[in-house]
Amino acid sequence: MLILDCPYCGTSADETELSPGGEAHIKRYGPGSSDTDFEGYLFGRENPKGVHFERWRHANGCGKWFHAARCTMTLEVFGTYAAQTFEPPQEIKDKISAKRPGWSWRDFS
Amino acid sequence: MKRYSAFAVAREAARYHSGWERAWRSPMPKKSYDVIIVGAGGHGLATAYYLGKNHGITNVAVIEKGWLGGGNTGRNTTIIRSNYLQDPSAAIFEKARSLYETMSQDLNYNVMFSPRGVMMLAQTQSEIRGYLRTAQANALQGVKTEFITPARVKELCPIIELSGPRYPVLGALWQERGGTARHDAVAWGYARACSDMGMDIIQQCEVTGVDQANGQVTGVKTTKGDIACKKLGVVVAGHSGVLADMAGFRLPVESIALQALVSEPIKPCMDVVIMANTVHGYLSQSDKGEMVIGGGTDGFNNYTQRGSFHHAEETVRALVETFPMLSRLKMLRQWGGIVDMTGDRSPILSSTPLGGCFINCGWGTGGFKSIPGSGWGMAELMAKGSSPLTDAFGLNRFAEGRFIDESVAAGVAH
Repeated sequence: MLILDCPYCGTSADETELSPGGEAHIKRYGPGSSDTDFEGYLFGRENPKGVHFERWRHANGCGKWFHAARCTMTLEVFGTYAAQTFEPPQEIKDKISAKRPGWSWRDFS
Repeated sequence: MKRYSAFAVAREAARYHSGWERAWRSPMPKKSYDVIIVGAGGHGLATAYYLGKNHGITNVAVIEKGWLGGGNTGRNTTIIRSNYLQDPSAAIFEKARSLYETMSQDLNYNVMFSPRGVMMLAQTQSEIRGYLRTAQANALQGVKTEFITPARVKELCPIIELSGPRYPVLGALWQERGGTARHDAVAWGYARACSDMGMDIIQQCEVTGVDQANGQVTGVKTTKGDIACKKLGVVVAGHSGVLADMAGFRLPVESIALQALVSEPIKPCMDVVIMANTVHGYLSQSDKGEMVIGGGTDGFNNYTQRGSFHHAEETVRALVETFPMLSRLKMLRQWGGIVDMTGDRSPILSSTPLGGCFINCGWGTGGFKSIPGSGWGMAELMAKGSSPLTDAFGLNRFAEGRFIDESVAAGVAH
């Protein structure tokens, strides 16, 4: 069972207490954008076998949205961080680099 | 290839079964092929088979990183049905169902197709409306289904409890000609027939890269060396995203784990397939007597092939209410498979941005039932560039907003 630490209330919550919210750091394209960008925003998804970044909500707890960095192959959690950011904090990236040297995800590495 | 028959059984019985030959060869890869199919599961092998049978293309290799039929082909709950809502889905799933009817004769391999009937329970008012609509759509599509009363449900399946406190059975969508088949036999039968046509099935051979020149695919890099090809078919279900990444394009697909479990074997008690979508459970009894139970999917991307205990618990808890006799059964095994989900819950059978490279993925939780139809359409697509079965399932449907929306029709994983 997946266990994530909520960065807001500090609770160590298992997955029955959380709601998955899909891929993190998706850039929203709207009116005036190209068709390709809009299609990518709506449907294109990263589907890595390895390091992945996601949105989660502490639904049966404090109710806050947050981000998690996780491995989709081993379910190892590298860390969780606040929702109000466009990219993972350096500290999380360093933790991932220590365990998965040479990782990359979209433009991050 | 020596044909299997009653005579062959008698002949081998008379000589201590010493004459059975291997069902398929295990060759080393050649330097090049006309077509390479990545993935020796049901869909990949069916694609290869119909390329040979319908289009005369037999210089084909099917390469597989693990063992043949060891992915989702060996991990599903073997349900076969075609009661979908949208016309393109009904066409390809009904093609598949009808091919299952004659598959054993066609392949000379007993796939144990058992058209025992599939029942989708309506346990809420909205499900009644949904299934009535599906029954009407199926009538127009030429797929035989009907909406049946609770009394008829009880007659077909005596072990069911109609008046459960939370989810009473209010009716069901009944497809008499749906059923089950032996999943491994489907893969093995296709593999044997492909090998007989001279195709190479290469197991334990992982693709590590896709070679291309001038926007055209030229071959694949594998753990058994580089292999050249003119056309490449990617039929790898859960790992489609990984292969697409190697070929240099993105897919609107996410991989998640779907799980199933089986009970200890018991005497025959249920000779239909039951799907209860409100409570996310599917139930049938295997020929060995085990109750085969399909459950829900995880809500997040993963490649773990194991599932999670609380989903199994949810499924069983809900099913026990509708089938009280299950409460005394011990569960024997539980496992997971990685399913590739698209946004509209319909598959992708399409050419790709890379020339000569075709992809067949996105079957999500409905892959097994569609194997022959998928192979038939994919083979035609790869041989001719288009197929009436697959044209609606192109990758471009997302950009064009032309969805084949089965997520609304099914409500859940289907």
